[in-house]
Amino acid sequence: MNSFEEIKKQQKIYWVIGASLFVLTFVTVWASNWELAAGMALFVALLIASIKGGLVANYFMHLNHEKQLVYFVLILTVLCFIILMAVPLITIKDGVGEKSPLIHQESNDVH
Amino acid sequence: MEIPYTVEEREDTGLTNPKLGIWLFLASEVMLFGALFSSYIVLRMGALNWPVQSHEVSVPIGMFNTFVLIGSSVTMVMAWMSLKMDDFKKYKIYMGLTILLALLFLVVKIGWEYIPKIQHHHVPATNTFFAIYFTMTGLHALHVIGGIIVNAYFWGPGSSMWKEKPQQFINRIEVAGLYWHFVDLVWIFLFPTIYLM
Repeated sequence: MNSFEEIKKQQKIYWVIGASLFVLTFVTVWASNWELAAGMALFVALLIASIKGGLVANYFMHLNHEKQLVYFVLILTVLCFIILMAVPLITIKDGVGEKSPLIHQESNDVH
Repeated sequence: MEIPYTVEEREDTGLTNPKLGIWLFLASEVMLFGALFSSYIVLRMGALNWPVQSHEVSVPIGMFNTFVLIGSSVTMVMAWMSLKMDDFKKYKIYMGLTILLALLFLVVKIGWEYIPKIQHHHVPATNTFFAIYFTMTGLHALHVIGGIIVNAYFWGPGSSMWKEKPQQFINRIEVAGLYWHFVDLVWIFLFPTIYLM
């Protein structure tokens, strides 16, 4: 991207991306008014946010034409991020703090 | 002593040092904000009662600030493009607009959100939602302040580099831009999480 014409063309793309982000923000708010189940509403909101994030990362941050090392750093970050976001699921699934069925059974036997 | 590889790319990494540095920094920032998003999920799923967030915060104000930050991202990338086209005057205009939009974001955030909330005794101690709301948006606001300081330097005294080392200056603006777009990116996820869910 060196010639004046190419830069001009690139500038137009940036304006279009900016306009798309504005429209998608309206869509996010509009979609939040739909009467959806909590899980579905979360999915829709994060889907639109991901599309917007993808546009910013790919075009404004030039991730659509970056060097391999940057992708490597980002893949590593994404893996760590997934582990981080999985922590809440582990805390829910581990059963810590829940009443054990065995204890429940024993207390019934005593009575 | 000059920092090496600020203009030319290193053979082993294929990147300039500042660019590799900013990407590593942004990777650590992803983990910082990721930890907060993760905390938000834990707190919300573990709470017996959680307020309807859109009733506690102002969606129109949040949406307005989203437009402001997206606008600042566009002006930031235009500032960098202006330098690539050797148009320093346009760079000054676009970078100035970026700083003004960032300041507008903070004025709205503090003046129309934080202060009225504190006046209505909606503080971090009120409930878990307000605790995470002030933590996440407050940390983001600190990043906006950091960006304003850096961009103001490049708009003012730091812009003298353009005359002596134009390519290095273009690279500096690109790196500052990467940080600024990241700040915008975080807000894109914060807005639905805090204001709409």
